[in-house]
Amino acid sequence: MAKKYDAGVKEYRETYWMPEYTPLETDILACFKITPQAGVPREEVAAAVAAESSTGTWTTVWTDLLTDLDYYKGRAYAIEDVPGDDTCFYAFVAYPIDLFEEGSVVNVLTSLVGNVFGFKALRALRLEDIRFPIAYVMTCNGPPQGIQVERDIMNKYGRPMLGCTIKPKLGLSAKNYGRACYEGLRGGLDFTKDDENVNSQPFMRWKHRFDFVMEAIVKAEAETGEKKGHYLNVTAPTADEMMRRAEYAHEIGAPIIMHDFLTGGFSANTQLAQWCQDKGMLLHIHRAMHAVLDRNPHHGIHFRVLTKCLRLSGGDHLHSGTVVGKLEGDRDATLGWIDIMRDSFIKEDRSRGIFFDQDWGSMPGVIPVASGGIHVWHMPALVSIFGDDSVLQFGGGTLGHPWGNAAGAAANRVAVEACVEARNSGRELEKEGKDILTNAAKSSPELKAAMETWKEIKFEFDTVDKLDVSHK
Amino acid sequence: MSDMQDYNSSLADAASRKFETFSYLPAMNSDQIRTQIEYIVSKGWNPSIEHTEPQNASGSYWYMWKLPMFGETDVDAILAECEACKKAHPGNHVRLLGLDNFAQCAGASMVIFRGEAV
Repeated sequence: MAKKYDAGVKEYRETYWMPEYTPLETDILACFKITPQAGVPREEVAAAVAAESSTGTWTTVWTDLLTDLDYYKGRAYAIEDVPGDDTCFYAFVAYPIDLFEEGSVVNVLTSLVGNVFGFKALRALRLEDIRFPIAYVMTCNGPPQGIQVERDIMNKYGRPMLGCTIKPKLGLSAKNYGRACYEGLRGGLDFTKDDENVNSQPFMRWKHRFDFVMEAIVKAEAETGEKKGHYLNVTAPTADEMMRRAEYAHEIGAPIIMHDFLTGGFSANTQLAQWCQDKGMLLHIHRAMHAVLDRNPHHGIHFRVLTKCLRLSGGDHLHSGTVVGKLEGDRDATLGWIDIMRDSFIKEDRSRGIFFDQDWGSMPGVIPVASGGIHVWHMPALVSIFGDDSVLQFGGGTLGHPWGNAAGAAANRVAVEACVEARNSGRELEKEGKDILTNAAKSSPELKAAMETWKEIKFEFDTVDKLDVSHK
Repeated sequence: MSDMQDYNSSLADAASRKFETFSYLPAMNSDQIRTQIEYIVSKGWNPSIEHTEPQNASGSYWYMWKLPMFGETDVDAILAECEACKKAHPGNHVRLLGLDNFAQCAGASMVIFRGEAV
């Protein structure tokens, strides 16, 4: 029977709290960590979040009755305690797939992390995880090439790839910058990288940079006989300008370009990723601004969600944190989102912070990039943690070598190969790392000098955002 | 400056040419080659042998030595094929691959016998 219009404010839980609901395989599921204002019941807050992130508004409106709101509404279907933290709780919300435009991460995020995050009944809100149903995944373009295609394009097999971010990050002229790239590449790196801040400033306009860097790649390839690349950063003030730079990179034969997906935006990123797929180019993704969103354990968006969104939007590389370097990153949680980047099916696993099974079907994977504050002494742990399908990126750990970039690059290359050789032979890298490196340094003066330079550096601050299972 | 070493690499010197994984380490001895074959077998990959004249090493396709050894897990048999390839093409690079048919990509690839730099 048709409903009657009854104006006024209703409690959210009357409509949006549905503990008896069994989510459909096609539903988009979300897990929120909610810190409510004092005195508001959990069910009411959870229902409010479901409402405000889907069909609801604060009052009943007559136009509600022109549609089938019971179909379109988000449903808060479960509530759970957060281990070790009484100030907040988890709420699980199911959204019917028809609420979202196909192939649009932009649209999903606009709903799920939109107005609801400023809602007064909440003290804080964090989106912990999203389950994208395979039906939605199939509407997205995803990574332009994927891991295996990248290996075939770059001819790199059976080991992590090596990169280096060129420093100082700002202020070099294009010609000097190309020199720094050339030295790293001829010494044995697979990739060099534009720093994220490098776009097209007065000291180095983008076209000069692209031209000099391409000359560096061509010469290093001829000299070493190996394939080389440089992530040319095409992040730009407008999407049109971004595409102009990408087109030029393709014209001069660059194998890979780079974009900052959060500051540049998902719309631009998705456009660029689709273009890269058409052109056969690789796309490296930087994550500037992520810590603004993901570092506070009670408010924001967890990085595993950003990871899933990027895989849908498209990128072949994504910075993942290093676990061992200067930047934030809990080991188990990092392993969790590395799986989310690379695997085709990831099981729910709370010990790694994964709240839902995630099926990617045949969507290609993203290569995690470990970058920031790492050097040769970290190599055994990095190879052990990240495995072969990764890019290990040493900036200061290449350029800071006392004999220069080529020697720094060679030191890292010898170290990574020695670690892979040892791992393949059944040796435990994290236990025997010192022996393995010391032995390799006997035939590499570059590695020996690197080991003497960086021996004492350690970063041992505690992680701010820990997995909830480890809160005690 | 006296203890700083020059990085010795050039277009003119053919010895500067590398050939990807393990080419920055000293050439493998027979025990090390055996260990790497054991690794490939333990991963369930199909061993495969390819070779090339060193001056033509940069392309994607080297010459296949027979067909990939599908399902072969006998380390001695694989080693014997590696040796046979080297004997037939003594001046060439010989590389051993582990073909992962699920990933549709090589899981391992390494030059086990190095040809003469030319």
